[in-house]
Amino acid sequence: MEKILLRNVDAPESHTLAAYRSRGGYRALEKVAREMSPARVIEEVKASGLRGRGGAGFPTGMKWGFVPKDSPKPKYVVCNADESEPGTFKDRLLIEKDPHAIIEGTIIAAYSIGSHTAFIYIRGELAYASQVLQKAIDESYQAGYLGKSILGTGYDLDVVLHRGAGAYICGEETGLLSSLEGGKGWPKVKPPFPATHGLFGCPTVVNNVETLAALPWIIDQGAAQYAALGTEKSKGTKLFSVSGHIRKPGVYEVEMGYPFKRFLEEDCGGVPNGRHLKGVIPGGASMPVLRADEIGEVRMDYESFQAAGTMLGSGGVIVMDETTCMVKAAWNIARFFAHESCGQCSPCREGCHWMEKIFWRVENGQGESADLDLILNISGNIMGNTICPFGDAAAMPAAAFIKKYRAEFEAHIAEKRCVISASG
Amino acid sequence: MLPVLYLAQAEFGYLGTDAIEYVAKIMGVSTARVYGVVTFYTMLNMKPIGRHHIQVCRTLPCALAGAEKITALIKAKLGIDAGETTSDGKFSLLEVECLASCGTGPMMQVNEDYHENLTEERVTEILQSLK
Repeated sequence: MEKILLRNVDAPESHTLAAYRSRGGYRALEKVAREMSPARVIEEVKASGLRGRGGAGFPTGMKWGFVPKDSPKPKYVVCNADESEPGTFKDRLLIEKDPHAIIEGTIIAAYSIGSHTAFIYIRGELAYASQVLQKAIDESYQAGYLGKSILGTGYDLDVVLHRGAGAYICGEETGLLSSLEGGKGWPKVKPPFPATHGLFGCPTVVNNVETLAALPWIIDQGAAQYAALGTEKSKGTKLFSVSGHIRKPGVYEVEMGYPFKRFLEEDCGGVPNGRHLKGVIPGGASMPVLRADEIGEVRMDYESFQAAGTMLGSGGVIVMDETTCMVKAAWNIARFFAHESCGQCSPCREGCHWMEKIFWRVENGQGESADLDLILNISGNIMGNTICPFGDAAAMPAAAFIKKYRAEFEAHIAEKRCVISASG
Repeated sequence: MLPVLYLAQAEFGYLGTDAIEYVAKIMGVSTARVYGVVTFYTMLNMKPIGRHHIQVCRTLPCALAGAEKITALIKAKLGIDAGETTSDGKFSLLEVECLASCGTGPMMQVNEDYHENLTEERVTEILQSLK
């Protein structure tokens, strides 16, 4: 398969403007500037079938189309580079190795909605990636791809890099906007959606790093080429970050619809040390786990993962072998969400901590027989009852671990100890 | 707000009450507003931290790769628990959530530098190299 997103990452000095240009970089922007109207760019992206790669999978061109053309307010594009979903490290790779693809994609997005200021909101912890990206932005300004009258078109665009300061919730688009506005990263009620009421109350498009990085190839090669890849509803390619008990962890670019079992066993080398697969989380820690016996026919696209009872999410694949204690794994994830809940909505603020405490006591031999149903009850009361999808993200994995490994949880409670590892 | 708080933290070392009041004044907002922001983000410190701020990832992918052993080793070597600073002010240790380094775990961040694919030997070397 021809690589689209990872086409440059292995090239020497791939993060520099010279290397990017020598490999066809900024050709798409020149095409846009020379011969494409903003409306034409949006049509092209719609035709490509590209869907948001941050987790929700919303069609990108349609999202841009919601931005009002006649608004007197300034419009903004925000690149979501706040990659924080456990198990996900694909955006970090793109930022460090191919920053110009992200910048070029950001310019194309901004041009198409008529925005003159774009922000890239990057995780605060990613200090090195921030330096690489800032250097690339500076190079773009010097080359005339950013600033006044880009490529002589009369179109102006400034790109501002903004560092977060350690808060998972700022990866949620409205939480990100609150943070960018100078506040706590508290998500906002939708509707109104950012397309009409976003940053500082102005029309805003928020796109993930991977989404924007796909744009130069789509414009350069044409939407039809992109749409020829993948399945009927999941077009193109997707990055998957693979971690845990796997022989070859790393970032993989996969054509949508690729067989999941084959991916794990052949592409990633399977589970090491002669052990067997116990479970795998396919889309980052907020997605329901799949048991080893459930992955047989699953394909790697939005619809197939959904049909299997989970979601593609961010494509963060976390592999767990037979030595993994699923109670401890569930507790680890519950602890993450308890730590990261922003505290705005009661069901999530309280429920995440309750679930964490109950998982902890089951793991540590203090569980009671009613505990599992209690967690399912709490999880069910969080689902759908919060402002942002964080609540669902905390509730779904908790319920899935119990439903899929119930016998293991019950054994912990019956024997009053961790039945998997002696250390507990 | 965050860029100003980063500057203040770099200048004062941490964001105590004085720094928060100062930022509120120059930003023209209430102290409570700044306090709310500072307490919301993990990278903004209200207390002084050690010269070498060690943050070990504890989230599932790193945990599967053996992060607990790494944390236990650092605790033993430095004689402090997570969330504490050594009495000489040299090291602070914190267990943190996912740092987007899941394929190269276990990992830790020392100040702004990532150290990945950690082994107990490697951690010992890194700790010795920190002055």
